[in-house]
Amino acid sequence: MNWKHKILIPVTALALFTLGWEALVWVNQWPAYKMAAPSDLPAAFVEHFDLFVQMSWQTLWRTVAGLALSVLAGTLLGMIMGFSRIAREALYPLLVGFNAIPKATLVPVIALIFIGQHDFNTVLMAFLISFFPIAVSVSIGLSTLEPEYRDILRSLGASRVTLFTKIALPKTLPEFFGALKVAATLAFIGTNLVEIVSPHGRGLGALFRSGETNGDYPLMFAVLIALAVMGILIYYAVILLERIFAGWAERSETG
Amino acid sequence: MTGLIEIEGVTHAYPTAAGPLPVLENLQISVPENEFAAVVGPSGCGKSTLTRLVAGLLLPDEGGVRLHGEWVRSPRSTVGMAFQNPVLLEWRTILDNVILPLEIVAPRMGRRERVDRAMQLLEMVGLKGFEAKRPSELSGGMRQRASLCRAIVHKPEVLILDEPFGALDAFTREDLWQTLRNLRQEEPFTTLLITHDLRESVFLGDQVFVLSGRPAHTQYVLDVDLPDDRDIEILYDTRSVEMLAILREQIRIAQGRSTAEQAVNS
Repeated sequence: MNWKHKILIPVTALALFTLGWEALVWVNQWPAYKMAAPSDLPAAFVEHFDLFVQMSWQTLWRTVAGLALSVLAGTLLGMIMGFSRIAREALYPLLVGFNAIPKATLVPVIALIFIGQHDFNTVLMAFLISFFPIAVSVSIGLSTLEPEYRDILRSLGASRVTLFTKIALPKTLPEFFGALKVAATLAFIGTNLVEIVSPHGRGLGALFRSGETNGDYPLMFAVLIALAVMGILIYYAVILLERIFAGWAERSETG
Repeated sequence: MTGLIEIEGVTHAYPTAAGPLPVLENLQISVPENEFAAVVGPSGCGKSTLTRLVAGLLLPDEGGVRLHGEWVRSPRSTVGMAFQNPVLLEWRTILDNVILPLEIVAPRMGRRERVDRAMQLLEMVGLKGFEAKRPSELSGGMRQRASLCRAIVHKPEVLILDEPFGALDAFTREDLWQTLRNLRQEEPFTTLLITHDLRESVFLGDQVFVLSGRPAHTQYVLDVDLPDDRDIEILYDTRSVEMLAILREQIRIAQGRSTAEQAVNS
């Protein structure tokens, strides 16, 4: 009974959660400006439908662009650190230090450097917040490659490039995708951070902010739901890519 | 008679924080063409270093290795290797794992030809029907069979085996000994086997080289006086039992070398 586990149980849980939320608001007789109930949300979605479509697209493309930059730069950094011990020793403390800075503090810094470049700033933040896990996982994947793997190919006279494309790269893919799942969530946070904080911003974050300014609480909660849905979509897109490119790493249940 | 593999006066040390650690000292080993040399010795005596030297992955401090009379200065495609860890590529099928060396050594060879060659070997080791499986779906013994196929798929002159059966259970190991003997009968290659297992060295080897404790030199060479056509029962034969007793005694001497020297000095 696979459909029971895959569909019935999650859907029931979701329904119970929504009912619980509705009940919580109803029992406490909270007004909409304290907490919106699920039943308030459809109206908010319908009323602002065009805005939702427009803003979702803004948030989505900027998150994906930032994430794509992270994949490129993170993989490159990871390769440099994975293959060169000197680079690893030099860059690691810098990276850890940079990663430790709460990224909210960078929003005004970036905003001051690139005044008014809203798209650019948003993509940049999505990138800055998400490249770290990718760089670390790729570098660890490469530097922990068992020497025997290397010897098998090197003993045949294979070049470093062959070694990388035939062994190091595919072997690092599972770790890479593990990191990409984390990075995707982080990039999403980065995008929204800039959207919410920037005056005259765009995207779902800005829509959330406008709900707050106008006292439209059902709209704020509707944005939260939209963000959750988009986060789930991005996450599963990564899972899909992982299945395609690193499906071999999944242990078969019978094996 | 000069051998296909000539290890001549090889001395090698590893740099450590406490200064160089000598592992091999004036090592001499000669293996004639298509013969099987087994190398045994106490733990940590530099046996694995030896495999890397012969494969050209490491250059010795002194002396050298010759294959077919040519000095080994870098890796060469006429060598095949298999280790205790089968190191199969998890993202490839068994067939594509076996084909891997051909992709590097014979880039012009067609896919068809590669598959035929790999399938021929897989059939010889009893892996026919498993070629489309991933390594994670196979048992340890089957993976090691695939690893053996990969090591010889490009018809190397020299096969280097670094304790390939060390992690297997006793029955699987004996099966694989037989498989290896069959493979050699089908297509001969010169083999250097590093092992801890004295029975393995006698059953598979034409000669057994006993290395001394670190730094290792050749302490003893045993000519295995058994017919080429062997099966596992031969290990219970008197000749085998005598040879095993000699080897065991030699290992004991190799292990106790430092203490024996101390006893003489005092």
